[in-house]
Amino acid sequence: MNFDPQAPLLQVNDMHVEFRTRDGVARAVNGVNLILRPGETLAVLGESGCGKSVTAQAIMGILDSPPAHVTKGEVLYRGVDLLRLPEDERRSIRANRIAMIFQDALSALNPVYSVGFQIGELFRTHRGASRQEAKRRAVELLDQVRIPAAKSRVDDYPHQFSGGMRQRVMIAMALALDPDVLIADEPTTALDVTVQAQIMGLLAELQRERTMGLMLITHDMGVVADVADTIAVMYAGRVVEYAPVYDIYARPAHPYTKALLESIPRLDFKGRGLNVIGGLPPALTDIPRGCPFHPRCAYARDVCRQDPPPPAYQIASQRIASCHFIREVLGV
Amino acid sequence: MSDVVLEARGLVKHFPITKGVVFRTKAGAVRAVDGVDLQLRRGETLGIVGESGCGKSTLAKMLVGLEKPTSGEIQVRGDDMVRLRGPALRHARRNIQMVMQDPYASLNPRMTVGDIIGEPFAIHPDAVPRQGRERAVRDLLDVVGLNPDHINRYPHQFSGGQRQRIGIARALALRPEIIVCDEPVSALDVSIQAQVINLLERLQRDFGLSYIFIAHDLSVVRHISDRIAVMYLGKVVETGSHVAIYDQPTHPYTQALLSAVPVPDPRLRGHRRHIVLEGDVPSPADPPSGCRFRTRCWKAQPGCAQHEPTLEVRQRSPHPSACHYAETLDLARRY
Repeated sequence: MNFDPQAPLLQVNDMHVEFRTRDGVARAVNGVNLILRPGETLAVLGESGCGKSVTAQAIMGILDSPPAHVTKGEVLYRGVDLLRLPEDERRSIRANRIAMIFQDALSALNPVYSVGFQIGELFRTHRGASRQEAKRRAVELLDQVRIPAAKSRVDDYPHQFSGGMRQRVMIAMALALDPDVLIADEPTTALDVTVQAQIMGLLAELQRERTMGLMLITHDMGVVADVADTIAVMYAGRVVEYAPVYDIYARPAHPYTKALLESIPRLDFKGRGLNVIGGLPPALTDIPRGCPFHPRCAYARDVCRQDPPPPAYQIASQRIASCHFIREVLGV
Repeated sequence: MSDVVLEARGLVKHFPITKGVVFRTKAGAVRAVDGVDLQLRRGETLGIVGESGCGKSTLAKMLVGLEKPTSGEIQVRGDDMVRLRGPALRHARRNIQMVMQDPYASLNPRMTVGDIIGEPFAIHPDAVPRQGRERAVRDLLDVVGLNPDHINRYPHQFSGGQRQRIGIARALALRPEIIVCDEPVSALDVSIQAQVINLLERLQRDFGLSYIFIAHDLSVVRHISDRIAVMYLGKVVETGSHVAIYDQPTHPYTQALLSAVPVPDPRLRGHRRHIVLEGDVPSPADPPSGCRFRTRCWKAQPGCAQHEPTLEVRQRSPHPSACHYAETLDLARRY
C-alpha cells in the first residue's frame, strides 16, 4: 500500500450507508464529510440514530453486510481509499493504523479469555510474537493504562475488573500496535462521572504522547467542550455543522446545534425552564424531504421543505453549516 | 413542621450474602443503604445524587414500599409505612408513586396504554368509579401531552420520550402527593430529556407535587431540585439547598463529584479545578471503617479510620456535612 505522508491522516468523503431491511431501506448515513489531523480531537456529536456510530463502523470496516451497504463515498487513510482495499489488506490497517474502542467494554471483551491473552493476541497475530513475548507486552500496556499491579492482573478475566478498569483494558488493546487514529465510540457513557474523568484524562494523555488523531463519538456536550478541537454535529445521517469547538459553543450556526445547546441543564448555574426541541428525530426509513431538521426547526420556511437539502455552506475557513438561514441563526 | 409530607428516619437495607446450598448460612451483608434520614416538604424537589452502587435506587424502592427496610421508619402523613399492613398499607401507598428509569422495561408490552394507566384504578377501585375510568385515563394522557385518542395503542408504538410520559401518567393516576422519580430521564436523548424535565416541572406546579428526584446526572439534578442529598456507599454525606451543594460544597466527595462533571462551555477549559479521585468505590459488602470515603480522600487523616463523621452542621460547613474536615472549596474561577 502506498501511503502518502503528505495526505490528510483520515478523510471521509461523501459517505453513504444504508441498511436494507424487511421494513425498507434505512438511510443511516447520507453524505458525511470528515477530516482528522494528527494530534487532533474530532468530536462527532449527535443523538441516537443520527448515524454517528455507523459512520465510525464504516470507517473501521466492521459493518455487517448485509444488511449494511456502503453505497457511495471514500474513506482515505493517508490518501489510500480503504473502501477499495481487499479484505486482508484492510485487516492489516485495523489495529495497526486505525483502532477503535466501544461503549460497553464488558461485551466488547471476550469473557472466556484472560485480558492478557486478548491483548497478547494482537502481538501474536499482527507481529508474530511468541506467547511469552506477547504476555510481556500485555503487562507493559496494562501498566501504561494505569492498571494497578498489572503483572498480577494480566491473567484475570474481564468480569474480574470494574467498569472503569475494563475500559482501560480496551484502551490498552486499541493502543497495542501503536495506531495513529483512535476512534472512541461513547467510551465513557456507561461510566460514573468520577471514573469518566479518569478515562478522559488517560485518553488525552495517551493521545498527546503519540500525537494520535482521536475521533470521539458522543452525545455528551459537556465532554465535548472539555476535550474536542473540532466538532461535527450530525442529524439524520448528515453533518449539519462542522466547526472549531470555541466557535460552536459561542455562536452555533445551525438551528439544531443552537437548540441542542439551549436544551441542556447546566451544572454551573441554575436556569429556569429548558428550551425544548419539539417533535422527534425522523425515522431513517422515512427522512423528510429537503432539510431533515425542518419539521422541528424554528427557522424553517418553504425553501427548507423542498429538495435539495441545504448544501454545506462554508462560513469561515474551518466552519461549515448546512442551513439556508445561517445568517439569521448567527444573528448577523 | 407541618408541611413535611415524608420523613424517613434511620433507614437501613442490608441484603444478606449466603453461603451453602442446603444449609444456607449468612456470610455477610451488602449494606446498600446504611442509615439514611431525610425529609421532604410539600411542593419541593429533593434531589438525590451519587454514583452507581451508592444505594440511591434501593432508597427509592424502600420509600415507595417495593423493598422492605431492614430497619428504620418512613412517615407519610403520620403513618409509618414500614409498619402498615393490608388495606391500610394499600391506601397509604396511593399517596406515593414512582416513575421508573427504563421506559422500555417498565411498561408491559402486552397491555394497551389505557390499561397501563388505568391499572391503578383496578387496584384501588374506590379511587374513580368504573364508568369514569376511561375519561380519567384520557384526561391523564392529555395532561402529560399525549393524544387521548391513542388510548388503545401499545407501548412499542411510542418513542422513548412518549413512553416516559406514559409512565408519568400512570404515577399521576391516583393523585399522589409524592412522586419518586428514579433516573427518569437518563435513558433519553438530550432533546427529549428537556421535554420530560419541563413536563415534570409543570406537573409539580399544577398539582403541588413533591418529588424525590434520583439521578446520576448532576446538571439535571441541579436544574430541577430545591434541596439535594449526596450519597456515598449507602450514606448521605452532604445535604443542603441547591446553592449550598453546588456553590459551596464542603464534603470532599461532593467536591470531587462536581469537579468531574464536564461543563458545556469550552471557555472554562483549564479554569476549573479538577479533582480526580483514585481507584473505584469500595464494595458495600465490606465498607471501610470510620469514614467510608477515606480510602479515596485526599484529606484523610489517621483519625478518619476510627471515628465515623456524622452528618451535621460544622464550624466551616454552614449546611450538614459528614466530614471531620469539611470546608468550602472554590471549584471554578468565574468570568
